[in-house]
Amino acid sequence: MTRDAGREADSGGGRDTGAAVLSVEGLTVIGRPSDVEIISGVSITVARGTILGLVGESGSGKTTLGLSLLAHCKRATEISAGRVEVAGKDLASLSERGVRELRGRAVAYIPQSPASALNPALRLRTQLREALHDASLSAADAQARVREVLGEVALPDDDGFLARYPHQLSGGQQQRVAIAMAFVGRPDVIVLDEPTTGLDVTTQAHVLETIRRMTRDYGTAGVYISHDMAVVADLADEIAVMYRGEVVERGRTDRVLADPRHSYTRRLLTAVPLLRTTGHEEGGEPEGEPLLRVAGLDAGYGRTRVLDGIDVSVHRGECVALLGESGSGKTTLSRSVAGLHRQYTGEVVFDGSPLAAGSYRRTAEQRRRVQYVFQNPYEALNPRRRVRDQILGPYRHLVGRPRDPGAVVAEALERAALSASYADRYPEQLSGGERQRVCIARAVATRPDLLICDEITSALDVSVQAEIVKLLRGLQDEGMALLFVTHNIALVSNIAQRVAVLHRGVIVEQGPVGRVMSAPEHEYTRALIADTPDFELSFAGAPERLGMAAQDRPVTGA
Amino acid sequence: MSAPVNAGVEPVTVVPRGRGAGLFRTAWGFGRTKVGAALTGLIVLIAVVGPFVAPYTPTEFVARPFETGVDGTLFGGDNRGRDVLTRFLWGGWTLLLLAGASAAIGVAAGTVVGVVAGYRRGWLDDVLMRVGDVLLAFPQLIAALLVMSIVGPKVWLIVAVIAVSHMPRVARVIREATRKVVEQDYVKAAEAVGLPRWRIMAVEILPNVTSPLLVELGLRLTYSIGVVAVLGFLGMGLQPPTADWGLMINENRQGMAVQPWAVALPVAAIAVLTIGANLITDGLSRAAIGIDRGVEK
Amino acid sequence: MTRLIVVRLLFGALTLWAVSLVVFAATQALPGDAAQMILGRDATPERVEALRDQLDLHEPVAVQYLNWLQGIVQGDLGTSYSNRTEVTEVLSGPVLSSLTLMGLAALAATPVALLVGAVSALRRDRAFDHASSMGTLVVASIPEFVVGILLILLLGPGGLGWFPSVYSREGGPDQWVLPVLTLAFAVAPPIVRMMRATMIEVLESEYVQQARLKGVDERAVLWRHAAPNAIGPVAQVVALQLAWLAGGVVAVEFLFNFPGVGKILMDAIENRDVPLVQAVVLLIAGIYILVNLIADVIGLAANPKVRVANR
Repeated sequence: MTRDAGREADSGGGRDTGAAVLSVEGLTVIGRPSDVEIISGVSITVARGTILGLVGESGSGKTTLGLSLLAHCKRATEISAGRVEVAGKDLASLSERGVRELRGRAVAYIPQSPASALNPALRLRTQLREALHDASLSAADAQARVREVLGEVALPDDDGFLARYPHQLSGGQQQRVAIAMAFVGRPDVIVLDEPTTGLDVTTQAHVLETIRRMTRDYGTAGVYISHDMAVVADLADEIAVMYRGEVVERGRTDRVLADPRHSYTRRLLTAVPLLRTTGHEEGGEPEGEPLLRVAGLDAGYGRTRVLDGIDVSVHRGECVALLGESGSGKTTLSRSVAGLHRQYTGEVVFDGSPLAAGSYRRTAEQRRRVQYVFQNPYEALNPRRRVRDQILGPYRHLVGRPRDPGAVVAEALERAALSASYADRYPEQLSGGERQRVCIARAVATRPDLLICDEITSALDVSVQAEIVKLLRGLQDEGMALLFVTHNIALVSNIAQRVAVLHRGVIVEQGPVGRVMSAPEHEYTRALIADTPDFELSFAGAPERLGMAAQDRPVTGA
Repeated sequence: MSAPVNAGVEPVTVVPRGRGAGLFRTAWGFGRTKVGAALTGLIVLIAVVGPFVAPYTPTEFVARPFETGVDGTLFGGDNRGRDVLTRFLWGGWTLLLLAGASAAIGVAAGTVVGVVAGYRRGWLDDVLMRVGDVLLAFPQLIAALLVMSIVGPKVWLIVAVIAVSHMPRVARVIREATRKVVEQDYVKAAEAVGLPRWRIMAVEILPNVTSPLLVELGLRLTYSIGVVAVLGFLGMGLQPPTADWGLMINENRQGMAVQPWAVALPVAAIAVLTIGANLITDGLSRAAIGIDRGVEK
Repeated sequence: MTRLIVVRLLFGALTLWAVSLVVFAATQALPGDAAQMILGRDATPERVEALRDQLDLHEPVAVQYLNWLQGIVQGDLGTSYSNRTEVTEVLSGPVLSSLTLMGLAALAATPVALLVGAVSALRRDRAFDHASSMGTLVVASIPEFVVGILLILLLGPGGLGWFPSVYSREGGPDQWVLPVLTLAFAVAPPIVRMMRATMIEVLESEYVQQARLKGVDERAVLWRHAAPNAIGPVAQVVALQLAWLAGGVVAVEFLFNFPGVGKILMDAIENRDVPLVQAVVLLIAGIYILVNLIADVIGLAANPKVRVANR
């Protein structure tokens, strides 16, 4: 490839793999005016052609660290100590102008959300060209370089494409443009801030593959920031785990996975759901009349058809996972069942009697027995009402005025593994996980038979997710049936007995989790499983994840 | 989206957090809110207490027209020789009452329309908003003048016209706020439970649009003061011989060069009042932005 | 995009029609009728009756409205009651004066306001920003006629005596200063605030951060990345402020005795000259709707998502 020749020509021999091209020492960033340390005393090094995975949950300071590698600090933050050295130059010693010249060439940045990081008012050509900012390059050369990079990230390189605006691209294409923009200047170091968030797994797999290939081909040192341990384990050569602003563990990926030394790393690793298990209590095909039976359901918005001929059933005490990527129609399906989406035809039968379309046309008893938990706990609680009132509101409406309201609230909270003292709090006084527990408490207060969970863990950190899943399994053991909607195939095996795979509004595969995971029949399911990053854990105690007792640990996946 | 919601720069939050201060408490934290409250308070005090401490009655003749330096008068006489100070002290409460009433009615009605339109969507939303657009095509003052010129300047009409002209503006803002709230899942949760629509509007939506509501109230109060005053100034508000700040300016502007007090006093009062009201509003809106976004600013 | 603009235009026309309906209906609420009003209380019943015939007052209301509307469409705004001349003739001079006044105010206010807003945004939370924020807040609160009077008290004959406070036929160009200044003060604050807010929003956006992280130099960040995204909202506010001028001139013209549409309107109201009132209100509402429409179109045109349809 001509690319290799070109690289050697301009690199001057300084690009041999193995030398540390990025080194950070004792870096501390503080917030103003509180002087709180956002990251403290962080040291990392990255060699050419390798990728360092920087893992941490929300609030760990990983984004702040990523930005400080480009000598950029968000408003009201500043670097108070330490040094960042990129390709032999200390960023702190450079003038503003010097830093600017380094950006894009020595160190480049790929943002979390390209949709907001690409300028909506500028054509791709302009945005790609200026990333090159090399005055010595002629217009034709620059153009050629831009086309070359676009080709490398598998995007069209014709004039028509270059003349487009960002909003004319799909999410995956936007992220590829962002990658191209970062690599166009042949940087020594590249910082990737959760670049695959919001992409579905197939697109994510392609983007990750592109990133891996590009860093290797260009001999670039990559810093990949992510909350997703599975992605990092798949991609990175080295892992640094961040917790509360500090790097608590650093090491080669295989070593960290096999022998995590810090307790937080251990916790993080065990919280990641395994892709292949036989599922929660494997049983045969359930028998008898199902609790919920959906048959021949077609749904849509206006003239757009979203769901086509859906057949799903849920038996008492059973958890059925509804697996699908964004746009597959899974939320429409769950909302139709809950009575929040009315534009559907077909049969929805609950406990032998049909459910009307729309919650307002159902009986109070039906509404009581089917409850819904929403995706984003930050939006699902009324910020102006106390937890007590949020739980009692639906209860009063559906069950009636309780004789002892305090007991109802306390019991509901207890079932959601919260103490009764939470009753007096407002939502803003709760963490994300606590909010989701309150949402669950609100739903279970009326003692429903069926709980519909719409992506209820996707807004939460992975360790919190593990706790919520554990809670749901407890509820299921008490006899509640669950319809668990998710895009995360790894979660499916950890909670559900049966799974229905939804793809473009059609159920392409349905069956017991163990069977579907180990021997998927449909091509789409196979692709989904293949594209989902996964890793093996071998350290002592690893099987104890998601509250799964050691004897439940399946042998199949390991 | 699988991103943790508050991924970002802030350090790990200490749980449990205390409940954030309310809108008023946050607003009070800004210096300008305090200044605004002091200014507004001063003028309200003058308007309310004024009639009781005025040296003369508002229609008593104590000097020659536009005469200054008359014994027993602090600021001299007005265009017809009545005591300027007395008329100033008497002329505020009508303005406050009319402005307060029209702002309150307009905001209340606009809020109802806005919440209903924002929540029910569909044809009702379209109809309400299109009617609002037609009303919005009249600049506020022009609408008031048109009606006044035809029916004649009547007190209830002033209040009604200003209230009606506020309505579509308030409705637009509240509708926007409502739509944001309706997007939130707690409204859907209430729907799934089958809570009656009116209860959803009253319990789930209304409490969550109070921040823009209060800001709107402040803003509309400021505008109402302006419109009531300008109507008086144009001779289309309260009629002689009522003592009214707007009317006073109208009556005495010809003699502004010889007797500036008769104009300067009401002008200063109106200016201070509107500035005060707007400072409070600004404090509220800053607080509202901080509260609604959940960030300290 | 053309389709969107056509829709807006149609809607603007519809609004204007609804406004004409409201204006006509309002005049129907008049006590007595036009003939009585023109001739006064002393007129003999015969003369009133004759004039009624002449004015088509016997026709049903709907027909009267259609006749009136037809006249307007053909540029015939009727005859002024008070001085018996064509309304169009009465209005032509004042309209020109008012438009000149508004234009001068806009020219004076807009560039200064944009500059102040931009500088405030760039020097966010520094002294200049605080001063301009406080200044615009204060000026924005005060009703425009109060601003005018304060200016007269300060700069007029009673104060420093720099400029005349009343417009007269013989006056020189200096008599324009105070009215223009008053309107400029009234128009500027929202533009300043919008400019500042938009600039800050754009400068804090992720795409500007990304541009900086790409190493684009600060001037290009400002002009290439920030400015195009700020134009839309700011232009909209500028247009809205110009629209506000259409109504805002009334009190200011009245104050300065400036011979524009505002003063004509006040005189017409005084004389209960209905056709004139109708014409002026329609005119002002028309300008208002038109400028709002322009604001809408600018907002659409500045948004590439609208300008370039999805492919």
